[in-house]
Amino acid sequence: MTLYFTTDHEWLNVEGDTATVGITDYAQGQLGDVVFVEVPAPGTVVAKGKEAAVVESVKAASDVYSPVSGTVTEANAALEADPALVNTAAEGDGWFFKLTLSDKTELDGLMDVAAYRALVAAL
Amino acid sequence: MAESYATDESVQTLPLDAMHRRLGARMVTFAGYAMPIQFEGIIAEHLWTRAHAGLFDVSHMGQLLLPLAQGVSLEAVLPGDIVGLAEGVLRYSLLLDDKGGILDDLMVTRRARDLYLVVNGAVKTADIATLRGVGLDVAYRDDWALLALQGPEAVAALERLVPGVSELRFMRAAAFVWSGHDLWVSRSGYTGEDGFEISVPATAAEALATALLAQPEVKPIGLGARDSLRLEAGLPLYGHDLDPGTTPIEAGLGFAISKRRKLERGFPGADIIMNQLLGGAPRRRVGLVVEGKLPAREGAAVFAGTEMVGTVTSGGFAPSLGMPIAMAYVAAAHAADGTAVEIEVRGRRLAATVTAMPFRQKNYVREGVVA
Repeated sequence: MTLYFTTDHEWLNVEGDTATVGITDYAQGQLGDVVFVEVPAPGTVVAKGKEAAVVESVKAASDVYSPVSGTVTEANAALEADPALVNTAAEGDGWFFKLTLSDKTELDGLMDVAAYRALVAAL
Repeated sequence: MAESYATDESVQTLPLDAMHRRLGARMVTFAGYAMPIQFEGIIAEHLWTRAHAGLFDVSHMGQLLLPLAQGVSLEAVLPGDIVGLAEGVLRYSLLLDDKGGILDDLMVTRRARDLYLVVNGAVKTADIATLRGVGLDVAYRDDWALLALQGPEAVAALERLVPGVSELRFMRAAAFVWSGHDLWVSRSGYTGEDGFEISVPATAAEALATALLAQPEVKPIGLGARDSLRLEAGLPLYGHDLDPGTTPIEAGLGFAISKRRKLERGFPGADIIMNQLLGGAPRRRVGLVVEGKLPAREGAAVFAGTEMVGTVTSGGFAPSLGMPIAMAYVAAAHAADGTAVEIEVRGRRLAATVTAMPFRQKNYVREGVVA
């Protein structure tokens, strides 16, 4: 499995043709207390760079863009009961959805952990 | 208080800027100033204020002085009884245009030698022009900072530093001295809790804020929790729930029209406002409790069946209630408490119920009431 990051502060963990997608710990810190997460239903076709989920903090709603194209296979049901998982475990139990990749070459443009941590450190 | 979070090259700083940054605040641009939106987190700050005491920096608001003798002239632009105000009493009022539209909401206090006004930061320049336009001699005191200490333990914390403030009652104010600095302290606020608003010379603001934060009851609170606290308290936010397109009656602020002024009229838009007061307004500001967990935000459309009957003007998650709430303007036929409506959020219809405000009981320490 390989971990990738985007400049929009999403992470994806790729295993073969499937990926788990979430937002980074830096992103949750910027959003503040998360009170609702709207994740795409299984079967939804998402496109790279297009809106795939919405995170509602106390203050505002923020779109989450899919880092890659594919078909959603699972949404994180735990977020419905406990949206604050995004704050407490953004890069773990607070994942948003899993998808089947439709174009693995899209991964080429993404960052690895070291590059992403360097990006955040410079912010 | 109108908000604009966009970054702005001409952003100004307020007296407590360095202190907020030292305390780890996340700063945003609000009303043209760099201000703290949160310190440890909006929910934690909100709940702390409801249980203990929160210190808010509201120095972006405009503090204005008028000569006491100009109370009559001030009545030309607002519907409150200013002439009849007793010394040390605050009155909530509204600057109006000649159609009865709300230009700002504000507090007016009669002091020994002047009238002290607190107006919203985002519109203070326009307010000053409006006031000067009717011949008022406005002194804009941007050399003063304004702090709010809010919550059930605010009185204990402030009394320790400024003996005597506990004797003030809600909407009463007086002069005090702290550490050689003149303060003007009001028992008032924007959270629905007991508390104080403290005007302090800018040069002494950080020393006073530091002394307050050293009290065990007090933590710094950002604008984010200020917004969620006032929403639960049912208090409107200028630029969102009030604007020149809304009248005092639509906004449910008829109490701001003093009895004498109703009889005499003579305030801007008096005919329109009095017709609405007597005959009803076509739409009204209401509270909405939203089912589920998805918040409805400003701008969301309110429906009764297929008919759009209104628009949300403020909305979010209510930390003390654990559910989403909103304020909206809806057509009068749908404004009664208990009316079922739907709010459209991203193509989905959320069930909501018109609910009396405040959403959460206010905890003021009023005159003549034994606490």
